[in-house]
Amino acid sequence: MTTVDPAATGSGLVDPALRADDGPRPRPGPLARIPRAARLPLYVVVGMSLLSIARVITGAGQLTAEGTFQSAVQLALPIGLAGLGGLWAERAGVVNIGLEGMMVLGSWFGAFGGINYGPWQGVALGILGGAAGGLLHAVATVSFGVDHIISGVAINLLGAGLCEFLTSVSYGRVSTRESPTIATEITRVDLLPFLKAPLRELSGQNRFLLSDLADLVLALTANVSLLLVLCLLLFPATWYVLWRTPLGLRLRSVGEDPEAAESLGVKVYGMKYLAVTMSGALSGLGGVALVYLFSGKFQGGQTNGRGFIGLAAMIFGNWRPGGLVVGAGLFGFMDSMQSQVDSTSHALLIVAALAFAVGAARALYLRKWIGAPVLAVLAAGCWWWYERTDALPREIIPYFPHLTTLLVLVFASQRLRMPAADGRIFRRGGR
Amino acid sequence: VRQRLTLQLAAPALALIVAVVVSAVLLQVTDNDPGRVFSVILEGASDRRVLVETINRAAPYYISGVAVAIGFKMNLFNIGTEGQYKIAALVASWAGATVDLPAPAQVTFMLLVAVTTGALWGLIPGILKAFRGVSEVISSIMLNAVATGFGAFMLQRWFKDESAVSTVLGTEPVPSSARLPDLNGLVAKIGIDLPSANRLQSYLFVALLVGIAYHVVIWRTRFGYDLRATGANPEAAEASGVNARRMILTTMVLSGGTAGLIGLNNVMGPAGRYTDVAVVSGLGFTGIAIALLGRNHPVGIAFGALLWAFMDAVQTPLSNAELPKQITAILQGVTVLSVVIAYEVVRRVGVRREAWALRRATTGAGDVEGVPA
Repeated sequence: MTTVDPAATGSGLVDPALRADDGPRPRPGPLARIPRAARLPLYVVVGMSLLSIARVITGAGQLTAEGTFQSAVQLALPIGLAGLGGLWAERAGVVNIGLEGMMVLGSWFGAFGGINYGPWQGVALGILGGAAGGLLHAVATVSFGVDHIISGVAINLLGAGLCEFLTSVSYGRVSTRESPTIATEITRVDLLPFLKAPLRELSGQNRFLLSDLADLVLALTANVSLLLVLCLLLFPATWYVLWRTPLGLRLRSVGEDPEAAESLGVKVYGMKYLAVTMSGALSGLGGVALVYLFSGKFQGGQTNGRGFIGLAAMIFGNWRPGGLVVGAGLFGFMDSMQSQVDSTSHALLIVAALAFAVGAARALYLRKWIGAPVLAVLAAGCWWWYERTDALPREIIPYFPHLTTLLVLVFASQRLRMPAADGRIFRRGGR
Repeated sequence: VRQRLTLQLAAPALALIVAVVVSAVLLQVTDNDPGRVFSVILEGASDRRVLVETINRAAPYYISGVAVAIGFKMNLFNIGTEGQYKIAALVASWAGATVDLPAPAQVTFMLLVAVTTGALWGLIPGILKAFRGVSEVISSIMLNAVATGFGAFMLQRWFKDESAVSTVLGTEPVPSSARLPDLNGLVAKIGIDLPSANRLQSYLFVALLVGIAYHVVIWRTRFGYDLRATGANPEAAEASGVNARRMILTTMVLSGGTAGLIGLNNVMGPAGRYTDVAVVSGLGFTGIAIALLGRNHPVGIAFGALLWAFMDAVQTPLSNAELPKQITAILQGVTVLSVVIAYEVVRRVGVRREAWALRRATTGAGDVEGVPA
């Protein structure tokens, strides 16, 4: 888990020369023996338990209501898709800061297609728009060897500029900032119609954890847009392709050690092109989801940094799809809290206190004598904050995930492991 | 050497041509007349109103470019300038509104507050990188978002102008001693009359000072030498006794402090206070583009900033002529992307030439075939 290729410097996440010395690790983490596949459900259950305990303590029933989860899932989806895009690119060793620009492209072309041809044509067009942005990034970084961050920043500028221009050219007579609303919506479906009634009943009984889980399941299955369902399926699909197929193995080998991969006959450039184009397509789809699940039209500045947040969610999730889901869910949940009443968002402080307490216990188990007291103090601080106040300042609620990501980077950067050759410029034939 | 300089200048020229071609194609496809658009843009170059606007906008762009370039010089990506200047402008505007000193002291005070705030906000990713090994790119992206939220929080709860005069959320206006004068009178004395509606801001001089300081610190001091050495070859620099951690911290402080000055031109100029409109967002990312255009060189960045600002300023005549003014955003975007590609191509050509010259020197002339001279 902790080994990092010394070559992975540059714009990478962790500079090995600067790693803080923790000394020898005394013992493995408490979850080390649990198989990876079982960890995602475990994390979900732990997270839900925290929410449930907080609900019982504070009496804020809205904290785990079906509506809350529904909006959280919708808000999490564009972030998660952008993160999934980041995952594809970075697993092949290309850092993609341009996710934001590709998302804008996806949302513009998604809306354009939806207005002119129909909803599913819009989705396809949006994916293509994002993929075009990804292809451009691939040309710059892979073929021309431009620094990945620089190319990404340029693509963000270009994507936003292009969509601004296209908006004014296409809809300029009505508005230069946004498109008209798409006429037809994507079909909504009930995934588990037979379970709907029993789940609703369970949710009404206010049982600890069970009712909350019922609400979560309802939010994911009852009256959901078909687009949302298809997008959610892409997460396990990505895991399967990248970790269970020969193609995925080749793609990831390119991200770990391109020279070795090349010597084994893997077409490194081809793999990188594929991954980065895919990355653009996925973040384009994220932009499409943003259009179809919310306002139903393209608006300038609509993405609002969600591409960057997707990147953060991916890092939070340690460059793995399961972790990414947890990260995106966290970001989406916090985002949804912004529109809640004060008493509900106030309960978040208890959730944070509990999460810090769990973290402290874990640090204690790992005999991290600095981390444990710091986390304990943070837990006590959150609790104290809850007792002292009646509401959280609304302005900062949406930024809690960013602070969380920073904390994760500070406390767990030694445990994060990015692809070894991530961000490195590779020249074919070692030139 | 002359050949290399030609190549260096060829890259941005080539990029600009690519940008013009791409935009022309786009305009043609969307049923606009590229000829008319470009003639309006060229006419703008001799329009005094456009030029004043260009210079006014170029000043913050230049500072932003320098702030980013300081980091670039040692391979640090300070993407966080965006958050640094916003927080700095807000705090400096609030601090400026609470005290009333004689003009020189007031101006110095506000500039110092901005520099300090920006430096402190920039120090956070520096500390995270130096002591925890966290990539400054990721942490500063997070901190940009946090700066937006924290700024909104501070403005709403602590710094808000409570008097009901203005409906726009902002700090109290800074005293008149903090308002920098315009340069129209000065320029009139040397025989150039500017339209009275277009005021040439004196924030230009702050940008100039920043540029000189940048040149002196990076190319004329021991610290600057260490910084460039670390950027060129971290291992070699470390081996020669440069403290990597201290370099990261100092560079981030310098970069963040410079970034703190980006947003003040409007606060200390026409707007006279911080509002979310007066201090626009996006200047930090623009600074990255401008630093790239100018290759981190103090003069190059100035050209980049002027070019970028001109493209902004020319939007007014474009929309007056009922042409799509947003085309300039595409010109900017394509220029940046093609300029980085062009520089990379030029660098490779240079490397190949050097390798070829070296090979010829070691093996004797005429042995190598098929390599272009």
